[in-house]
Amino acid sequence: MSSVSSSPYPDTPEPKEKTKRSEWPLWEIFIRGQHGLNHRHVGSLHAPDAEMAIRNARDVYTRRNEGVSIWAVKSDHIAASSPSEKGPLFEPSNSKVYRHPSFFDIPDEVGHM
Amino acid sequence: MAETETAVDRAALTEFLLRMGDNSLILGHRLSEWCGKSPVLEEDIALANLALDLIGQTQMWLGLAGEVEGKGRSADDFAYLRDASGFRNLLLVERPNGDFGQTLMRQFLFDVWHHEMLSRLVRSSDARVAEIAGKAIKEVAYHLERSADLVVRLGDGTAESHRRMQDALDDCWPYTGEMFIADDHDRAVAAAGIAPDPSDLKDTWEATVTEVLRQATLHKPEHGYAQKGGKRGIHTEHLGFILAEMQFLQRAYPGATW
Repeated sequence: MSSVSSSPYPDTPEPKEKTKRSEWPLWEIFIRGQHGLNHRHVGSLHAPDAEMAIRNARDVYTRRNEGVSIWAVKSDHIAASSPSEKGPLFEPSNSKVYRHPSFFDIPDEVGHM
Repeated sequence: MAETETAVDRAALTEFLLRMGDNSLILGHRLSEWCGKSPVLEEDIALANLALDLIGQTQMWLGLAGEVEGKGRSADDFAYLRDASGFRNLLLVERPNGDFGQTLMRQFLFDVWHHEMLSRLVRSSDARVAEIAGKAIKEVAYHLERSADLVVRLGDGTAESHRRMQDALDDCWPYTGEMFIADDHDRAVAAAGIAPDPSDLKDTWEATVTEVLRQATLHKPEHGYAQKGGKRGIHTEHLGFILAEMQFLQRAYPGATW
């Protein structure tokens, strides 16, 4: 599984000339909500540049007064872990219960933590 | 409220409110025609938002028009049950959508006027007018920011986008003069401090438009010929087709609801 095909249709030969209609780059949109402290990923959209990405995000993702701040990040600037490495990356921690802070007795005086 | 209604002829105020409401109704309907057909998905949603903003403003203006007129007509009655000669919108807003450039240029030229008009109306002597303007101006400030930005991008874009924007400008230009021509109704509401005299809006409109067109590398037409009539109910043939589509249901099935 090491070979990566760039085409979703590997059996179809790539067109000789590049298609004329060039797509705008893809942007990932993060919005900080009314009561949230963090920007959260809400989706993606196409836009020719950062300014337009933010405008488009305003129209596509904040129609119902969802946000107070918008971040736009070009999708190809995001480095992602590969789903096929899920096992090695995450499973070892399953057997290490002591990494969860659940072995302490919290004195009653402390109250809710 | 009572003072303003005695201070100004009720008919003149109704007329003014219908003009505001009909501009946003007809332009809103025109924009809604793009729904599902825009050049890109993001633009499709943006145009639909614009249309919804304008229809929302229509409800407020026409609702108040019915109240002032005092004959029991609702915003819906005005929208669905008047013939073309009863509409008071500017000819500019009933211009066909054309290509995306034409839609955008029409929007920009209207937005500059609309924003200037509303910024005066928030100080209207009639509290109801000032309140509607206060709500609408926040939306319209965004409309203007967006359309001005896109006019610059496309005017100063590729050779083809430049050509299309210039064609659109030349096409829309004769329909802009009507925005600044005052008639007796305009003068009556202006004298009562309810709305500005339309001719007072021209200098700021001209200054903003000139600056944006300069950035967009577009050539502002020199001639000042103005197509007019919309404000008096004399419309181009395009309005009839808009109304046929918009009013069909209420005309064919009076009182239908869902």
